Order: sequence, then C-alpha cells, then structure tokens
Amino acid sequence: MDAIQHQRTIQHLFWRAGFGASPSEVQKAMSMSRLQLVKSLFRDSSHLKLLEQVSDTPAQNLKNLRQAVKQNAGGSREDLRDKLKLMAQERRENISTLNDAWVAQMGNEAYAFREKMALFWHNHFACRSRAVGFIQQQNNTLRTHALGKFGDLLMAVSKDAAMLQFLNNQQNRKRSPNENFAREVMELFTLGRGQYTEQDIKEAARAFTGWGFNINGDFIFRENFHDNGLKTIFGKSGNYKGEDVIEMLLANPKTAQHISTKIYRAFVNEKVDEAHVTAMAKRFYHSQYDIADLMEYVFTSDWFYHSVNIGAQIKSPVEYLSGLQRTFNLNFVDKTPVLYTQKILGQVLFNPPNVAGWPGGKAWIDSSSLLSRLQLPSVLFRNETINVSVKESGDVNEEKLVRKNKFEINMNWQDFAHSFESIPDSALCKTLASYLLQVPINDATIKRIENKVSAPERSETVKQLCISLMSTLEYQVC
Amino acid sequence: MKRRTFLKKTAFTTAGSLLIPQFLKAYEQKHFGQKPLNDKILVVIQLSGGNDGLNTVVPFRNDIYYRERPSIAINQNNVLRLNDEIGFNPALEKIKELYDNGLVSVINNVGYPNPDRSHFRSMDIWQTGSSSEEYLSSGWIGRYLDAQCIGQSCLPHQALEIDDTLSLALKGQQVNGLSLQNPEKLYRQTQSAFVKTLTDIPAADNHDNVAYLYKTLAETVSSAEYVHTKAKVNKSRMMYPTTELGKRLNTIAELITSGVSTSVYYVSLSGFDTHIRQNDQQDRLLRQYAEAVNVFVNDMKANSRLDDVMVLTFSEFGRRVKQNASSGTDHGTANNVFLIGGPKRTRPILNEAPDLTNLDNGDLKYSIDFREVYATLLDDWLHTDSTKILTQKFNKLPLF
Repeated sequence: MDAIQHQRTIQHLFWRAGFGASPSEVQKAMSMSRLQLVKSLFRDSSHLKLLEQVSDTPAQNLKNLRQAVKQNAGGSREDLRDKLKLMAQERRENISTLNDAWVAQMGNEAYAFREKMALFWHNHFACRSRAVGFIQQQNNTLRTHALGKFGDLLMAVSKDAAMLQFLNNQQNRKRSPNENFAREVMELFTLGRGQYTEQDIKEAARAFTGWGFNINGDFIFRENFHDNGLKTIFGKSGNYKGEDVIEMLLANPKTAQHISTKIYRAFVNEKVDEAHVTAMAKRFYHSQYDIADLMEYVFTSDWFYHSVNIGAQIKSPVEYLSGLQRTFNLNFVDKTPVLYTQKILGQVLFNPPNVAGWPGGKAWIDSSSLLSRLQLPSVLFRNETINVSVKESGDVNEEKLVRKNKFEINMNWQDFAHSFESIPDSALCKTLASYLLQVPINDATIKRIENKVSAPERSETVKQLCISLMSTLEYQVC
Repeated sequence: MKRRTFLKKTAFTTAGSLLIPQFLKAYEQKHFGQKPLNDKILVVIQLSGGNDGLNTVVPFRNDIYYRERPSIAINQNNVLRLNDEIGFNPALEKIKELYDNGLVSVINNVGYPNPDRSHFRSMDIWQTGSSSEEYLSSGWIGRYLDAQCIGQSCLPHQALEIDDTLSLALKGQQVNGLSLQNPEKLYRQTQSAFVKTLTDIPAADNHDNVAYLYKTLAETVSSAEYVHTKAKVNKSRMMYPTTELGKRLNTIAELITSGVSTSVYYVSLSGFDTHIRQNDQQDRLLRQYAEAVNVFVNDMKANSRLDDVMVLTFSEFGRRVKQNASSGTDHGTANNVFLIGGPKRTRPILNEAPDLTNLDNGDLKYSIDFREVYATLLDDWLHTDSTKILTQKFNKLPLF
C-alpha cells in the first residue's frame, strides 16, 4: 500500500467513526496499527458528556399558558398573545441552543465517535417534539446507550417522553388503542417491513396501552388505561405488557439483521454486501446486541478498508459541518449561519422529516444543494455571503430564520499550515488534496488550482488552496 | 466560446463514461428541435401552513358554520356566491372573475385516510403522494420526471420550482427537478470560473456517488444555460403584482411563453397557519394569491397558451370546523383544491359541499383522495401513466 492509500484508510476510519480529523491527528495516527487506532477511538468514546443546555420544564409552562389563553383569563388578550409569542420564541431559542451545543460537541475530538453513534440513533429513532426539555432528554438517552446494548437503548427510547408523544402512545388506551407506536417499533426500529402482520400490530398496540409520561418527562405506566386481556403476538398468546413485546422483538434475529443493515449502510456503504451484513447480524445477535462489539468488528474487518468503501458516501450536511470543525480545528463563533446551512442543505438536527429519518445518500444532492455546497468554502473563509433564502414550512411555531448568511469563525491558518511545513511548494496542492479528499482527483484539476493560487505567504497559499479543493465535487464524499 | 461548442465540450468531458452521447442527443433534440415532453403544462401552487378551506369556499347557508365560528365566519352578504350553497371568500374576487369565465374547478373534501395533523408529515404525504402509513423519499412530480426519462437521459429543468431550494415533491428516484429563483441568478452561479473548471475536467474516480455528483453538476449547468437563454425570448407585457408570488408567476409566464420545455412548475405561498386572529392574515394571503393568479391566467390567454396551462392549488390540510379561543383555527383535515386554466368547465363545482353534520372528531371527512386528483392530472392532462407514478390505481375524476 502506498503512503497516500495508507493515509486514506486512516482518514476513512476517522470519517466513519467520527467526522474526520485534522492533518496533525492523521499524521500522528499514521504510525499506529489499525487495531491500536480503533482501540484508541473506543477509549475516547468512554467519555460521556450530556447536553444540559435546557433546564426548564417547558411542557409545564406551555400547558399553563394554553390553559390561560383558553379561558381568556388573567390580563387582556393582547397580553396573553404577547406572552404566548414570548414563550414560542424562548422555545425556539432553546432548540437552537441545543442544536449549537450538539454541533459543537461533534467537533470535539474526544467525543466524536460517541456523537457519531448518537447521530446514527437520532436518525434511526427519528423524532420531533416541541417540548425542548423532552428532546434534550431523548438525545441524552441516545448518547448514553449509543455504544451499549441495543435492547437497553430500545427500551429507553420506547419509554421516552418525546417518542411516546411523537408516536401518540400517550393516547393509546384500552378503550381506544392507538397503533402508531406499535407499527413503527416493528417496521422502523426493529424487524423491518414485511416481518409482521397487521394483526401483530393491533395486538402489540394493546400491550403498549397505558404507557405514558408525566409533565417532567418521566415514564409512567397508567394501569387503568392498560388492556390486561389476552393478546396473540407472533403466534404466541399471553397477557403481554409492552416490555414483553420489546423482548419478543429482540428475540427475533430479524432485528439483528435489520439493525446491522442500517449500520452497514451508514458506516460502510449504501450498497449492501449481504455476506458482510449477515456476518455482522450473527455476531450482533449472539452478543446480546452489544453495539460496541459490533462497531469494533466492522472497524477491524479488512473489508471495511476496501477501496470500494473509501469515499463511497456523500457527506450529510451535519457531517459536512462537523467535518469542518474537526479538519480545521475551527469553532463557529456565531451559530446562526450553522443552523442556516443545515436548512439550506436539508438536514436540521432534531428536525428529521418524519419517523423514517433522513433518506440520505444521493437524496442530499440536487442542483440547488450542490451549488450551495460548492459555494460554502468561500462563504466560510472568504467572507462571501450565501444568497439563498430558506423555504418557510408555514408553521407559525417554526423559527423564522433571520437571514444570517455570513460565517464568523475562529480558526488559525498558521497552525493549520504548520503540518505542511516540510512539503515543497510543488507538492503542496497534491498533499493538501490527500488530506481533504477521500477519493483521487484529476491531476488537471490540481494544475488549475495551482495556477489560480498565488499568495506571498505560505499560510495564505495553504488557505487559498484549501478553499479551492473544498469547492470540488470530490470534497462532497467521505 | 459559442454555446454549442461549450455544451459539447462540457457534455463530452464531464461524468467520464457516463451516458454522455445519449445525454447530448437528448439535449440537442430538446433544445434545438424544441419538442417539449408534452405540450400541456401544470403549475402547482402550494399554500403552506394549512389554509382554512371553510373560509375560502364558504358554506354560507350552513347554520353550523356560523354557530361554530362566531367571530371569524364570513358574513353571508359578503360571500361571492358560486351556487346557493357555497361561495368564495371576498378576498378571492379575482378568482371569482376567472370562475365566471368557466376557468375554475372547485373540488371539495379532498384528503386521505387516517389524516395527519402535523404540518411536516401531512405536507410530506401530499408531496410524495404516499398514504399516511408509508414514507417515501421521492415526490410525485419527481417520479413523473423519472417516468418520462426511462430509456433516455433527461434534464432537470423539465420540472422547475421557482425558489432557492428544491421541494421533496420534485425529487425523483432517478432525476431531480431544478429550482431557481430566477434564471439569471442560477445562470450566474453556474458560470463562475471554478464551476466551469469542475465541469471541464472528468472525475478521476469511479465511485457511483462521484459519478452522480458530476452528472448532477453537468445537468445543472446545461439546464441553467438553456433556461437562461430561452427566458430572454419573451418578456411579459402584463403588470404582475409585486408580491413574491406575483414575481414568481411572472417568471413562470415568461418561461412558458418563451417556449421552455418545462412540463411542471412549482411555487409556494406560506403563512396560512392561522391559529390567532385568522381573518386579517388569511384575507391578505388569499388576496395576494387571487391577484397573482388572475394576471397569470390573463397573460396565458393573451399569449394563446391558456388551453395548455393548468394551475393546481392545494394546502397540506384544512382547519377545524370550530374556531379556537384566539379567533383562529387549529389544524384539521379535508380541504378544497382548485384547478384553474385549461379548457372551459362543464362542472365548475365537482362535488358536494362539506357536510358539517358528519364530522370525525370535529374535523371534515374527506370524500376524494388527493391522489385521485393527481392521477387525473397525470393521465388526462400530462398524458402519462399514473399507476407507475402513484404505484397504484386511483379513481379518476371527471375534471375535463
């Protein structure tokens, strides 16, 4: 394997088990064995830092206020309206704060792997809620169990306020069962389509009756809403409760197959290799769904490093943004453009399009999102403006984004250029390309970029070369 | 560089081995032979936020309507009557004018089974053409593009959204539509020296996704170039309102009359989520809508294109029958849909008015699945096979 190839396999691991790495980190990692490097990632991932930005219980406040509006009590209508507006604004600020905090945490070397896993689970257990406190709580649940046992994660998410609310289990009662949660837990969270009957869903929904949450977001089992009767699920009969259904779903190897397929598609390649996935599923099932064990197996498999898998993914917008932080050690000083960019490129954290999550892959790219991506590096580093307006969903409660299209960042180009001090000018562009791009780029493009850039200072040259290299189509994949 | 040489150059050098000769052929045929996919054009106007259908098409003889909406019901005397049961909100005066000329169909009670009251989810359902139990990642217009492009390469501008970002409705499985705020802006973006470099030099890598990126960029550049050149042909002589929707419909009109080979156009108007003090807000938006559409239709007529142009207007859901405590309405279900333009109507009001005595938890029940409207437009207007695009067969409506 030549040096560039070796370097790319290391970057491959950094990209898939995180959001890339800075050139100096990559250089350090070059002297380690693959196993050592994987071990060090798992060591880092033992750090668990929860998001704690949101402290209030917004559900309570909102409920009181709604009640007040309803009864039209306490003050004039204008007063109430203003209060309501203020509350909505606070809630939006909270969700933006949470978004900022998560993006920042993804950019931290020590947390990157766990955060990458949390992001995967956020897409797997896709959920939205207006109650920001619930959202934060759910996100921390995903983070806590991100590399634990899938069974624990599944149980925790199923009993999580945001999910119970999102999939209407609060309304799932003995006399009027609501099948939403029962359906999605089978179709999307565990077995996958076609592995159950409509009757299984109906019966399972009965087992979940009474599962709910209180105003603090704690799980409560409301016995009087629970259907104690006999249920027949997957051909077995009993007075099942929700927990029993979760157990049954885990006992079915199809769940291991389904989750392994999704992990493979997200961490290896959208195009599934059946043999690899089957091996993963087997191991996952026999380890009682140990997520860390499964990920270690993937990252230490030879096939993970095959050239067909390196650079095979289109970066998601969040990977793109977090990748900037990791590669360049940069901080976003003003967070608004970060959120704005998520919107333009089609992935806003905590706002998946529906319970199935973001479709991903080629779906990230259309003519407009692609042109925006090509322009972003100049916006980021040359102080250009993004001239793209964001579509409004029409929801009055949604944030009306003030057009904030200039980035304000903290980044030191001299430090960055430091990693390339020993590289002669003639090889500089090619060397930078090897760090920034996970697939080879045409020499003719390198030539054009070299010809375009001329700066008196090395760090300025490095900067200009980087901007050009990041404005290529090759930079969109990892 | 001359446009033709430029095109040949970009087309031959981008995307490596990827279906280029065909792509070029399709391009030449479409651009110089000037045969659009279809001579009929569909313009979709999306009212985002959930437009209140009951205050749009008002059941002015219905006591329940007035009882449930004491402070927001439209006064019987102000309603623009369509028959002795229903009439337009007075803000739709300019639509009424078109209605009187036989150019409007009103379809009542359009919805779908197990309605979802979330903006996002319901809009998702309308844009993808799915049921409320399935999640599709492609839109119905995107799949229409797919169906048109089988066996030949085709270009994004055949479905155009007048906006900066592309809606899910226009994303296909094979092909995506194109979005542009105006042809000039997109053209400038694609003409930067660096974008040219990218389209000049082929990829050195053969990953599927890299090829896809190269292909998307090449198609974007070609489409932007084509639309920009064509759009200069004809400028509107009409005075469009200066509202966002007015400007966008003006752009569409110029593209149509210039002979751009686009079959479907898409625009949105937002702000219909009227939970508080509904009437001022809805009135303003409906007026904007009516004024812009009126000029657009007259523009088409003046250019003898009205027979070929149909405007579909929808919203992701209607609103509750009963008003709330803030003189607004909350999220509801079934709603009305308008079809404007095309041939003269024999049945301007397609079906029965909403039944306010037979509600589902305070919400209107649907009687026409929105996919029946799509199916009819796909089969009878755009002359394609709706079953391929909607993945199942839907009843067709006697629209034309």
